[in-house]
Amino acid sequence: MTKIINKIKQQILNAAHSAGEGHIPSAFSILDLVWVLYDRVLKFDANFPHKLNLDHFVLSKGHASLALYGVLAEKSFFPKEKLNTFCQYDSFLGGHPDRNKVPGVVASTGSLGHGFPIALGIALASKIQSIDNRIFCLVGDGECNEGTIWETALLGSHHKLTNLCCIVDYNHSTDRALEVGDLAQKFIAFGWDSLVINGHDHEEIYHALSYKSDGRPVAIIAKTIKGAGIKDIENTPAWHHRPPNTDELAAFIKELA
Amino acid sequence: MSMRKQFVTTVEKKLRLDEKVVLLLGDIGVFGFNKAFTDFANRVYNIGILEPATVSLASGLAQSGLIPVVHTIAPFLIERSFEQIKIDFGYQKLGGNFVSVGASYDYASLGCTHHCPGDVGLLQNIPGVEIIVPGTASEFNSLFSQAYDDGLPTYYRLSERENDNAQNVVIGQANVLKTGSLATVVAFGPTLNYVMPAAEGLDVGVLYYTTVSPFDEKTLRENVAKTGKIMLVEPFYSGTTAYQVMKALEGMSARIEFIGVPKEFLTHYGQAAEHDDAIGLTVNNIREKLEALIHD
Repeated sequence: MTKIINKIKQQILNAAHSAGEGHIPSAFSILDLVWVLYDRVLKFDANFPHKLNLDHFVLSKGHASLALYGVLAEKSFFPKEKLNTFCQYDSFLGGHPDRNKVPGVVASTGSLGHGFPIALGIALASKIQSIDNRIFCLVGDGECNEGTIWETALLGSHHKLTNLCCIVDYNHSTDRALEVGDLAQKFIAFGWDSLVINGHDHEEIYHALSYKSDGRPVAIIAKTIKGAGIKDIENTPAWHHRPPNTDELAAFIKELA
Repeated sequence: MSMRKQFVTTVEKKLRLDEKVVLLLGDIGVFGFNKAFTDFANRVYNIGILEPATVSLASGLAQSGLIPVVHTIAPFLIERSFEQIKIDFGYQKLGGNFVSVGASYDYASLGCTHHCPGDVGLLQNIPGVEIIVPGTASEFNSLFSQAYDDGLPTYYRLSERENDNAQNVVIGQANVLKTGSLATVVAFGPTLNYVMPAAEGLDVGVLYYTTVSPFDEKTLRENVAKTGKIMLVEPFYSGTTAYQVMKALEGMSARIEFIGVPKEFLTHYGQAAEHDDAIGLTVNNIREKLEALIHD
């Protein structure tokens, strides 16, 4: 499993280097979560990504798009070589994902606090239309500063959306601005079931994503490391939004080999 | 029947005929939909007082093939949730219906927090949004029926002010109610009740617009070409439609006069009609300015 994760990380580094752009640490923070979701849990059809009766994943923290693109390419939503077009003028792979361009992208996110209520709307639509599927949404801990996250949390429990699962990428990157504290207890206080896991442990991720609660939506608080896998990048704020230069790229690729 | 009551009747009918329609109320208009809550329990929600999340979740419904209708007071629906309408509907190219009450100052007695003269101007910044300003209840019914399932985000600005006579209205088309050679008066939605008597007996044309976007440039251009003078009577911020008008008249020379809501906080209370009087949105003022425009 480490092998495929490291391979996708190498592709992400190459894409960011080619583009001179990219939120690498955010992508590495969520990559294990997104990979396990698509590899072992999510029911999808890469040829018909908008099929209503299958599962859906909304990446609410859209700036981590490179992780989603890497996984979607690996799962044949589009050719892997397209990753190297990342952020080019005519590319369909932008810094933030566009649902009208990228096969498999459910929501056009980038402005924080939008994807989670959109995911809730999809979950509610499934309930209205008696569709038996699951809707997963990944938000950042910094994104939990946004009021719409908690508006959505209220709605999710009130409408008993057991088909909705919110994954929080809890890497503490915005503690410097506003600490969000015990997110598991906060979601529980809003009427959700909540699990706390190591967001880089694939078995823990799998069991958490497979967990279904009794009448409540589920929030998975995933403890993660921003930039996980590259020592120089891990938890280093300066890397939040910068690509590696040629020397750094070579060193990082080697570190992941 | 008021526009607000018509809204209930129209949406109830759509709920009955189209199982894709889902109504989301921001704790406003709830009692009017009592029957709908029973008849369509899984498609009618008093969603609560959380407008941004409501608009986003409505886009989730739209992505899943449903047709959301979101309803609350104008400033909370449009100004508070502007980015959600912009990104989740406009950018994502999804269809939905946003129906507001309150207009510019129908809630005059409640003060500026409940005024919304900026809604139409704000929404014009979102490419692809349809903006509908009906002048009567039956016009709302007609326009909603034309647009509710057209796959575009559509705003309907309901008002307690209504015109005495309804017109046969079509989305994106102005009605030519009167022809004349000295000036062209453009009335938007419920201002027609002031414009028609103000224009009576004068050799001026009257165009009636219930759709602000997409704007009927052709009708305006054809009529102003004959008169060279134009008066815009807007029930929202004065000058809101200036860009559309300038674009429609590109290459032409025309004198333009504006009457509408001034860009200032209207900090008095009272009744909406008192605000009309205070800002000059009256038959007499329109008449006076129109005569001045004609003779200038």
